[in-house]
Amino acid sequence: MPVRWNPEDAVVWKFIVRRISLALVIVFLGSFIIYGVMRAMPTSFVEAMARQRAAASATTGGPTYQEWLEQLNKAYHLDTNIFNGFISWLGGVLQGDFGVSWKYGIPVTQKFNEVIWHSVILNIITIVLEVIICIPLGIQAARRQYSGFDYSITVFAMLCISLPTFFLATLLKYAFAVKLGWFDLYGLVGRYHEQLSESAKVLDIMHHMVLPVLTLAMLHIGGLTRYTRTNMLEVLNADYIRTARAKGLSERTVINRHAFRNTLIPLVSYMSYLIPSLFSGSMITETLYQIPGIGYISYDAMVAGDLPFTMFYSMFGLILTQLSLMLADIMYAVVDPRVRVN
Amino acid sequence: MSEKEKKNLQENGEQLSLDDGRRVKVLSPGMMVFKRFIRNKLAIVGICTLVFMFVFSFVGGVVSPYRQDQVFYKVDAANKEYASAVVNTDYRFTPVDGATLSTMTRATFNSQVKSSGKDVTTFVADNTTYTATRLDEGFYILSAGQNLGTVTQLGKMVDIALDEGKELSDAARAAVQAALTGKQTSFEAEGVTYTLTRDVGKTYKLSSMGEVGLASMLNFDAYDPANTALVSSYAFKKACEQAMHEGEGSFTVDGVTYALDIENETTALVTDQNGTEIAGVSNIIVNPVNVGVFLPADYKAAVEEAIAGRKTAFDYTNANGEVERHTIQMRGNNYIISTMQQTYLIDMYAAPSAQHPLGTDDHGMDVLTRLMYGGRISLMVGFIVMILENIIGIIIGGVSGYFGGWVDTLLMRFVDLFNSIPYYPMMIIAGAIMDSFEVDPYIRLYMMMAIMGIMGWTGVARVVRGQILSLREQDFMIATEATGIPVSRRIFRHLVPNVMPLLIVQATMGLGGIILTEATLSFLGLGIKYPLASWGSIINSASNIYVMTNCWYLWIPAGLLIVLTVLGFNFVGDGLRDAFDPKMKR
Repeated sequence: MPVRWNPEDAVVWKFIVRRISLALVIVFLGSFIIYGVMRAMPTSFVEAMARQRAAASATTGGPTYQEWLEQLNKAYHLDTNIFNGFISWLGGVLQGDFGVSWKYGIPVTQKFNEVIWHSVILNIITIVLEVIICIPLGIQAARRQYSGFDYSITVFAMLCISLPTFFLATLLKYAFAVKLGWFDLYGLVGRYHEQLSESAKVLDIMHHMVLPVLTLAMLHIGGLTRYTRTNMLEVLNADYIRTARAKGLSERTVINRHAFRNTLIPLVSYMSYLIPSLFSGSMITETLYQIPGIGYISYDAMVAGDLPFTMFYSMFGLILTQLSLMLADIMYAVVDPRVRVN
Repeated sequence: MSEKEKKNLQENGEQLSLDDGRRVKVLSPGMMVFKRFIRNKLAIVGICTLVFMFVFSFVGGVVSPYRQDQVFYKVDAANKEYASAVVNTDYRFTPVDGATLSTMTRATFNSQVKSSGKDVTTFVADNTTYTATRLDEGFYILSAGQNLGTVTQLGKMVDIALDEGKELSDAARAAVQAALTGKQTSFEAEGVTYTLTRDVGKTYKLSSMGEVGLASMLNFDAYDPANTALVSSYAFKKACEQAMHEGEGSFTVDGVTYALDIENETTALVTDQNGTEIAGVSNIIVNPVNVGVFLPADYKAAVEEAIAGRKTAFDYTNANGEVERHTIQMRGNNYIISTMQQTYLIDMYAAPSAQHPLGTDDHGMDVLTRLMYGGRISLMVGFIVMILENIIGIIIGGVSGYFGGWVDTLLMRFVDLFNSIPYYPMMIIAGAIMDSFEVDPYIRLYMMMAIMGIMGWTGVARVVRGQILSLREQDFMIATEATGIPVSRRIFRHLVPNVMPLLIVQATMGLGGIILTEATLSFLGLGIKYPLASWGSIINSASNIYVMTNCWYLWIPAGLLIVLTVLGFNFVGDGLRDAFDPKMKR
């Protein structure tokens, strides 16, 4: 089939280009705001570093504290105003250089590579669990609207939404780690992890992930269940379902073939928000369980005032958000042909 | 026929037909919403929960007998060091009344006499010649020459020139003459030894040898503080020690005879003739650990006895007649005596009791009271942030939706920007900045509310804009335009009230979220700070494993309060949504 120029393509491309440039502007401005706020933090980290190095080089007649401080401030562009400092930082970023983390002492990207997969694995397990639990629950609740089952699902979902992460995590730890002693309180690996065989190591990590996964899943179950139920209800009230029933299709066919598939449209767009969030980590949960994922590591860096790492993490977060928004648009078009036409 | 119809029949004398319009009860839209709302069981549960929370927080704080930062103390028995004892290996000096033994003298004695081992040792200190006479092991009498004046021999005549203030009896004067004649350099008169030292030519220096003090390893403790002066006097000590070393059962000082009960070489008890204990003698020195504590002699005697008997513990009956158990611990050459003492402590982590239904926290404050005051802050933060978000959101969303075009595009991109700034990182950085500047807790609270408001208005703005976009195309808006109502009035009097139902629903649901966020930040230690409390900061104590495992009453109630409050807001929000628009009911 010969490739023909389609005038609609130009519109689509124009839209995509505009969307991407908007995303770039937002990433730029967002990073700038975070950079400005970070600069408001007293640079105690740099001062401590300068003091340390001055002490180390004092015997050999090396640079003094003041000289070190100036040198370090210059290296991190802290000696110029916020705007120039940001531009210098951005210049490094565009060359792929995010700098060395102040807190961890290794390049930011290297630290990121070390920890990101812990977060991703944790989130993948959680999302799979969520989908397995929430979608059937939501659909059942919608099918039996106003029944006792529906009410209990609603209350349960509301309860999950209302639970503070830290309280849930502390409760789970109290019940399963302290009282029952099934799991460790903290960490991703056990005390004797290094002595275990390869398969036992994997099992050890899995064992340590049970409570974090449970926490994360509980927190999200409420939202997803309600969302599924709402959309299923909307679909079930639609005319084409009445038509399907009227023409005598079995209830199973109506639900599985007609209703469920249409419920998937909003669900998929909801999931497309989740895919980028796989990488964003879950700061509170990881911190509470001290899982060395991106969330916990970034939290520590932020509290310590680690400028390079915080900037990297914020920019990463900004890009992820923009990506998920764009992905949601695209996924919607993929799943729902009507969107493509309009 | 219903009551109403009967009444109508009586009053107006007419019967309403079945299709009469008056038979239809017309409710105002507000009433309709209200009726639909109260029919929702979950919403009623939510309302009840919230009412309880408000009463608990705002009335509870007033009713509670305690202040939120009131620290409670308790008196507890703790094993504390009470006294220390040491076996004396140094000489202790007692000067004769009116005389002094300088530090130099004492040091010289210690360095020269102790090592010499001779019975009589002479040493010089401070230009004075001292003679130490050993009466027994560890017991010396110190004597020193005292210059009385000069004696000049002029033929048979002897001229005695006394120094100022010195006296010499006639017998002594005669003895001086006799000594000079007999060419003696040392003589005795009336029990005092005198010495003559040739100075220049026929001039001699006359000096008397007198006792100036004693050096002993024993320590004297008076039983009755009134006797301290007597017991520590030279005469008493000398007589007592002499008697001890000679193994006598009594001694006399100033005409009073005391009985001496010798236990061993270094321990003895002095009683007067009535049998009253006067003093204890021992080579063990017992001192209180704390300044201002007086240790009675019988206590010291008990300690000495226990140490001599190599016991590790002994019982002592104190002045109030209570028996105290004291334990002795050897530490180097010292003995440390400890006993259970009453101590004034901050009542930390107290278990639930009648005074403190939920115990006390790590600062010794009543948990229930802090929960009440914490509830005020949590709820207040929720409402203030929500109002702030709505003010910003309504203004920006309203302007954006009404004007459309480039204003809309610009403002919406602004919303996009704010929306994409990572929320928790921003709050954590802000918290860390306020930490490093050590912001006052109250200012910190306001700052936090402001930041939360600024970070959270985008949702409201979007909702308002979306609603206004559709509303402004409706006929009533064309009517406002036709009647020439000003723009601000059109937005805020005609459009915004129409958005209100949706906003109220959103705000109610959002309140729960704000309370959760505040609790999370406070839990992480980046939000509300001591002495203020919020439910989140109260749970923060559970990050200490000890508290988590042992003090459920510190964190579980606070967590339940948060869950119930947020749940209440969500139920009410859900109920309101259904009530405002039954079509939206899901």
